[in-house]
Amino acid sequence: MGGFSARVFLEERNVMSAQSAHVADTFPRLLLKHASVRPDAPALREKYLGIWQTWSWRDTATEVREMALGLASLGFARGENLAIIGDNRPRLYMGFAAAQSLGGVAVPMYQDAVAAEMTFVLDNAAIRFAIVEDQEQVDKLLEARESRPEIAHIIYDDPRGLRNYNAPGLMSLEDLRARGRDYERAHPGFFDAEVGKGKTGDVSVMLYTSGTTGKPKGVCQSHEAFITAASGGAEFDHLTADDNVLSYLPMAWVGDHLFSYAQALVAGFTVNCPESADTVMTDLREIGPTYYFAPPRIFESVLTNLSIRMEDASKLKQRMYDYFMRVARKYGSDVLDGRPIPFSGRVAYWLGNLLVYGPLKNTLGMSQVRVAYTAGAAIGPDLFRFYRSIGINLKQLYGSTETCAYVCLQPDGEIKFDSVGKAAPGVEVKIAENGEVLVRGAMVLKEYYKRPDATAESIDAAGYFHTGDAGVFDNDGHLKIIDRAKDVGHLQNGAMFAPNYIENKLKFFSHIKEAVCFGHDRDHVVAFINIDLTAVGNWAERRNLVYSGYIDLAGKDEVYALIKDCVEKVNAELATEGELSHSQIARFLVLHKELDPDDDELTRTRKVRRGFIAEKYAPLLDALYSGKTVQHIETQVKFEDGRSGMIAADVKISDANRLPAVARAAA
Amino acid sequence: MSERKIGDVILKVDNISLRFGGVKALTDISFDVREHEIRSIIGPNGAGKSSMLNVINGVYHPQEGTVTFHGEVRRDMDTHQAAEHGIARTFQNIALFSGMSVLDNIMTGRNLKIKSSFVEQALWFGRARREEMENRRVVEEIIDFLQLQHVRKTPVARLPYGIKKRVELARALAAEPKMLLLDEPMAGMNVEEKQDMCRFVLDTNDQFGTTIVLIEHDMGVVMDISDRVVVLDYGKKIGDGAPDEVRNNPDVIKAYLGAH
Repeated sequence: MGGFSARVFLEERNVMSAQSAHVADTFPRLLLKHASVRPDAPALREKYLGIWQTWSWRDTATEVREMALGLASLGFARGENLAIIGDNRPRLYMGFAAAQSLGGVAVPMYQDAVAAEMTFVLDNAAIRFAIVEDQEQVDKLLEARESRPEIAHIIYDDPRGLRNYNAPGLMSLEDLRARGRDYERAHPGFFDAEVGKGKTGDVSVMLYTSGTTGKPKGVCQSHEAFITAASGGAEFDHLTADDNVLSYLPMAWVGDHLFSYAQALVAGFTVNCPESADTVMTDLREIGPTYYFAPPRIFESVLTNLSIRMEDASKLKQRMYDYFMRVARKYGSDVLDGRPIPFSGRVAYWLGNLLVYGPLKNTLGMSQVRVAYTAGAAIGPDLFRFYRSIGINLKQLYGSTETCAYVCLQPDGEIKFDSVGKAAPGVEVKIAENGEVLVRGAMVLKEYYKRPDATAESIDAAGYFHTGDAGVFDNDGHLKIIDRAKDVGHLQNGAMFAPNYIENKLKFFSHIKEAVCFGHDRDHVVAFINIDLTAVGNWAERRNLVYSGYIDLAGKDEVYALIKDCVEKVNAELATEGELSHSQIARFLVLHKELDPDDDELTRTRKVRRGFIAEKYAPLLDALYSGKTVQHIETQVKFEDGRSGMIAADVKISDANRLPAVARAAA
Repeated sequence: MSERKIGDVILKVDNISLRFGGVKALTDISFDVREHEIRSIIGPNGAGKSSMLNVINGVYHPQEGTVTFHGEVRRDMDTHQAAEHGIARTFQNIALFSGMSVLDNIMTGRNLKIKSSFVEQALWFGRARREEMENRRVVEEIIDFLQLQHVRKTPVARLPYGIKKRVELARALAAEPKMLLLDEPMAGMNVEEKQDMCRFVLDTNDQFGTTIVLIEHDMGVVMDISDRVVVLDYGKKIGDGAPDEVRNNPDVIKAYLGAH
């Protein structure tokens, strides 16, 4: 019986694929589907000359068709790469679909890169065709063309300032579309036939990894990969055609491609492009997106601006804000997650919403936000809680370019600030022996472009992609990313030791600016701490604690007590985290100088150089492991004017209490 | 860079002398401005540069001499007529309506283009409505051109100095002038603001073909962007020509750069 129905089903599928366009398994077919199902609904908006201009799905499909045919008339071949460079603009998004309609691959590039930086990608992807935003990008490509004459066709969207350019192969998008209309008359049916030839497994887009280590690599993703990721996410968060996003993050970044292109085409919602990079906050308020994405630094700067403006507000408003933010901290997350709260709390929160949270969200342009995501870096718990407490459903996700930014998502009502959520629908996640997170599913990259060596290295025989991140699952099945896998070590008893993870926990305290943890091949973990001079200085002033400078303040017993308190809170958290409970900090010291990139202790992006620090401060590290309570050290420092000098100090060493591992870890 | 086509003389001042009581502000000044060019007026403090601009757009009436604009010879003209003839200007000290938004400030530059009556405007009726939409479109194009989108609705009083100067330029451009008089558009700016302003002045000249007469103190700026330069000292013209000629003129070196 089962076999019979399966055969019928298969036959039906064959009929369907014969009429190819009916199976929306590539992006161009999705576009055509929306153009026939909801032709007049808005697909794209852009603010131009102060007015929001709208492209319906029908308009979008028509323009894509003309652009694609224009490209075909210039000889754009199947499988060829099309560079797309510029800010988020409707016609550049259409460029993706135009390339894909012809079986080509869209290659979005970072718009703020200088010509020299672009050369590598232009060369690697063998770019002959580019669709760019404006004069700025045209200039860069013309410069790049001097060394790479293969860049034959440069097509621009905004003609301003390009009136007098007459470089060969330079053409406006308007002209390209006019060519497309001519081509259509000469080759009727060509476009539909080309779209029909597309297969879901074809590469649809190539996103270059940032290349912090070595040269950038082109990550080849198929239609299937991004459609899987997009529809999984859309289902998970119940996205519909009525949703709205503001796309303002670089188009070359995987997150924007997922949110503003793949999910928009899968769910059929509207993508709004800001007027300019400077107007994003205003545009956000005018559009009121229902679905929002931002890296932690944006949430942070919004909150900082808010705090500054609150300080200028009237006394009455300040009091209201302070009072209702306390209410929000107490009840906000429970209200959002639908947990029961006392009646009085419900009333207070309702009132707060009327007077403070509502107007606040309106000012931030977040009144309509149903789902907001952040990813890309660790977000501080206070920051995360602030947004959730005023009723913004901010969640975290985990993913990378190689996985279409789709591995783990936090389900509504199960939000933890220190996890990235559960494996998303259709994704298999497992933890390797060495703690590395391995991922399998349709959203894993097809290959690194022209790099079979790198592809073989990162995808194993069983089809798992090696993320390079170390992680653990907690007891509720939520994944916690703890460190880069290469930084993870082991204590002498074999337990995993993830320095970055502990350091981040310490740094979430406002009094701690930097932390460096040691423990690999040792029997316990120790830490160097840098206090935050502003925060601790403020704290000291309020306590009438007199100090002469950083060294003096860092050595105070009161400060040690303050830091000890922070360290023990971290220990208490670690005690509940299974294997990591062994990583509780046994001893710590507060360093007598601030770690500084000028002294090579930090990288320019402020990452600690653990090995270098261990060598430089070897006497301190030995003292931490020897049981001494004080250690004398002399350190060379470079001053900002380039001179160098020595500072000497007697650094105290403090013990911290460790807690027994919480029982459930043993189970 | 594109080549601008510099045309015929459109403004000619002949033997201008201007006195305030016994003070001779300008003595026997003659020079001309060609269509589409950027013409700078330089000179030490009190040389009469601003007075010269004020003569051109009719604020001051010289005792002697004539101003010929587009072949029309005049001696007395008021500012309103100057504006109607297509001369717009910005001021050394910012002269904007500080309580109004950037958009409204620029809209005031369209004043002369509004033909509808007070009643029509009050009732937002017929011609008034069409006109306002048309004017708003022109203003939005200028906002786009000068990249003022992010402050469109911001009251001018809240803006930093460099942006205010740009709003002034925007308002002057809103009148779609044939000739633009800029009185120290870069005074008091930092290097970055100056660079932006230079680019906008050049773009204006390039895009709209506007003839620009510019007073400026920053020699680097003047020498970089001007087609020709007039040098004044104590109300007298002591040099006139291309930047390089002026730079090497001994009188100019003595008067202007003298101490160095």
